[in-house]
Amino acid sequence: MGEFEDEETTRLDGNAAAGVLTQVFCGEPSGALIVCAGCGATSAVGALMAYGLELGAILRCPHCDTAVLRLGAAGATMWLDLRGAVSLRMRVSDSAS
Amino acid sequence: MAGTAIPGRLGWQLTRLVEKQIETPRVMTLRLESEAWPGHLPGQHVDIRLTAEDGYQAQRSYSIASAPAAGRLDLTIEGLADGEVSPYLSEVLRPGDHLELRGPIGGYFTWTEANGGPLLLVGGGSGVAPLMSMLRYREAIGSDIPATLLYSSRSWDEIIFREELERLSADPAISVIHTLTRSHPDGWNGYTRRIDAAMLAEATGEPESGRLAYVCGPTQLVENVASALVSIGYPPARVKTERFGPTGG
Repeated sequence: MGEFEDEETTRLDGNAAAGVLTQVFCGEPSGALIVCAGCGATSAVGALMAYGLELGAILRCPHCDTAVLRLGAAGATMWLDLRGAVSLRMRVSDSAS
Repeated sequence: MAGTAIPGRLGWQLTRLVEKQIETPRVMTLRLESEAWPGHLPGQHVDIRLTAEDGYQAQRSYSIASAPAAGRLDLTIEGLADGEVSPYLSEVLRPGDHLELRGPIGGYFTWTEANGGPLLLVGGGSGVAPLMSMLRYREAIGSDIPATLLYSSRSWDEIIFREELERLSADPAISVIHTLTRSHPDGWNGYTRRIDAAMLAEATGEPESGRLAYVCGPTQLVENVASALVSIGYPPARVKTERFGPTGG
């Protein structure tokens, strides 16, 4: 219960994880659209719920809580777990406004 | 705007602290400059990285409070006594010192004139920072898009940017509404409770089709306000949130 309450007040927006995500994505991914494998909802990465930014990031679907994107950091190595996502659509040119 | 034109990865860059400005007993603004700073979009943030002599690193995100400008930016931060990064920024860092940051970051919680309005900005504590960037930008470009700021502070003395907000609200298209949740001066006839659906409905008036809401502050405030906005008829996709975690208000 304590852990749950802690999660309630410490969660952030996917937007807050955008900085750490730029380490693995070419560009800034908070506007990218990601489709949740749990419920099929499409969300902007910036609108996901973010947890654990100290250690990487866990980004959960705001509709069903599925962990859509997980990023782990271990020293100079990062790993990206996208099994909770059906797809990620991201603009790669720099012409977006 | 320049902030969107960075190709590829966003690296760490060194900025220089020009000035510290005390805003309230718990909040200060760090005025930073860097020739490499490209400017930002109102609402964006930066990641700050501190490295200790033994190599230990700590990282935090802070919203940009200034209007977009190449070469400089203001970060408005709370000097939380038990934090790892904020006390260093507020107490140890001196003008002329360098600070490592990565940004501008966050293409989601941003507003420019092209996004339209009317705008409803809802902030708690230092969550007002990115909303202030939007209001300062709106003034700088001479936009006539109506904007309402509903701002929750603990007390009169803890209202950040109080005088500037008074000045901005001389514009008839801008309305600034305060609620003081812990204590208030004698004769205060404004709100004294936490932001709720009734307050939001009074602040926004009649529903308008283009209306857009930005909510920033402690996580609990943001989540309460976001669901209250949806309950009074805001389309969920028109409510953007920036949670600051358990602190900040």
